Amino acid sequence: MSDLSLSGRRGSLAACLLRGRGLGGLLLLGVVVALPFFCNAYWLDVCVSIGLYALLALSLNLILGQAGIFHMGHAAFFGVGAYTTAILNTMFHIPVLWLMPVSGAVAALFALIVARPIIHLRGDYLLIVTIGIVEIVRIALLNDVGGITGGSNGIFGISRPQLFGFRIYKSLHFYWLVWGMVGLTLLLFYGLWHSRVGRALNYIKADDVAAEGCGINVAFYKLTAFVLGAFWAGMAGTVYAAKMSTIAPESFNFMESVIIFAVVILSGGSQLGVLISAFLFIGLPELLREFSDARMLIFGLAMMLMMIWRPQGLLPCLPRRYGRLRALMASADTAKEHHA
Amino acid sequence: MEQFFQQLLNGLAVGGIYALVALGYTMVYGVLKLINFAHGDLFTIGAYLGLTLLVSGGLAGSLPPVLAVLLVFFMVGLLVALIGCALERVAYRPLRKAGRLSAVVSALGASIFFQNAVMLVYGARPYVYPNSLRPDFTIELFGYALPGMRVMVIAATVALMLALWAFIQKTRMGAAVRAVAIDQGAARLMGINVNRIISLVFLIGPGLGGMAGLLVGMYYGKIDFTMGWTYGLKAFTAAILGGIGNIPGAMLGGLLLGVVEALAASYVAFAWKDAVAFCVLILILIIRPTGILGERTADKL
Repeated sequence: MSDLSLSGRRGSLAACLLRGRGLGGLLLLGVVVALPFFCNAYWLDVCVSIGLYALLALSLNLILGQAGIFHMGHAAFFGVGAYTTAILNTMFHIPVLWLMPVSGAVAALFALIVARPIIHLRGDYLLIVTIGIVEIVRIALLNDVGGITGGSNGIFGISRPQLFGFRIYKSLHFYWLVWGMVGLTLLLFYGLWHSRVGRALNYIKADDVAAEGCGINVAFYKLTAFVLGAFWAGMAGTVYAAKMSTIAPESFNFMESVIIFAVVILSGGSQLGVLISAFLFIGLPELLREFSDARMLIFGLAMMLMMIWRPQGLLPCLPRRYGRLRALMASADTAKEHHA
Repeated sequence: MEQFFQQLLNGLAVGGIYALVALGYTMVYGVLKLINFAHGDLFTIGAYLGLTLLVSGGLAGSLPPVLAVLLVFFMVGLLVALIGCALERVAYRPLRKAGRLSAVVSALGASIFFQNAVMLVYGARPYVYPNSLRPDFTIELFGYALPGMRVMVIAATVALMLALWAFIQKTRMGAAVRAVAIDQGAARLMGINVNRIISLVFLIGPGLGGMAGLLVGMYYGKIDFTMGWTYGLKAFTAAILGGIGNIPGAMLGGLLLGVVEALAASYVAFAWKDAVAFCVLILILIIRPTGILGERTADKL
């Protein structure tokens, strides 16, 4: 899994280098690779959750950061993924890693069903509806809907994942699994950002009326962003269920959505920004443990101060550059001149 | 029939409280296009301050209970209004030119800050309002015996809403608030001090929210430091339901939400009470995407 993580990171790093943020990315890669050798078990667990939040924030970044859809209900998709894994694993004993795409697909389908009627809502109206979806999902899980979610106790006894006969159960194993997935996600989403879809999403964020006017099917692309983001959150849910081996409705509440949302907004929208922001948001409360009761007070204060300090986010996306296109056009021009 | 009538009045009382809190959301949204997520926690602060003033302030002993409660009611409004005004100065004013979502995250941070501040000052256990201060008389109406508290909460919320409506519609200051909500730049050109109006809105909104906090304490008798999340979310839902930025919309949305919730809790299922509000919201927004009283604005091109 570590190989995968390295190649994944390198792929997006090469791109980062081109954009002048290579040093930061390189440093982060070094930190991610070196951390397991310096951390004790407790901090390793913290790093696993940082990776998990990075994964969730990257998937929300697609919806909120790239397409500009006000979505504060990502914990709902995360929860649907985690519960799908938990239910299918404990009831039918299907291996956990097999369930990763299944959970992703179920979360994506759920997103498609709930987002279809509300996708046309404007900014803040959509925001409250997505919060409503989180609450409805949490209450449904609490009320043991269909008799399979285990009510407020949740579900326990989820088995550990196995990869080619290798059983993943230590924190260190999960560390590589999660950060490997983060690396792969960075690579794939970077490709998406460069694609037609990525450009369409950015255009919708900048001005959805103009985008519609240019022939972009706004509802379709917004739904695509939702479904893709939910798919990824569902897969993160699988990893979470496997890591915790017990899950309960309170892990997928509104506060969780708020944290993921804040990670994305503080990041400014770039991938490197999301990773740094996840480190800050999940790492900071752990560093503040010595303040015990006052730690969330300081956390809230830090949230305010960070936004006042950098209202545009830590690392906003750099403007797109179409170097290759320009080079092509230039060569076409010279060719024309030659003909003339 | 009796149960229906009682639940209807219960819904109106709770709905009136939702409406008071929703007014704070909607007025702030009207002038700043900001969702003030810390508003729910200002409401909690109101409930706690009210308790402190009533119990340890010594007012309960030296004055007749009705006068004491009335005095505390306005003191709480004033204190929370000042906190709200300070919050705007510190956390929102520096972000006024930034993206809207940055201010939302700042508001979320403020919410976490206030919630934990209340927890640190008062402790994590829930508090109980003294029974001696809660009126326990009943009023006879249409042959039904109505709890006095219920009637008083409805009366208080209606009075406050009428006062606000009169202020916004009938005074010069109110006209200025309406003007700033429509177009800040044009309002500034007409000689309106926009910063002062925004401060004023952050006095009125949190003031009403704080009073609503005291009302909840009096009505249910029990408060805890996390109640701002639930009431805040419900009130925000109510504001959106009525059409955000629209003052009569917030009142209507709040009352409607309270009644629907009370009826659903007694006739459908109590465990799903909190989900009902959101289901109603989604259904109404599918039919009317800008809320019940929200105007459809044309797209600017």
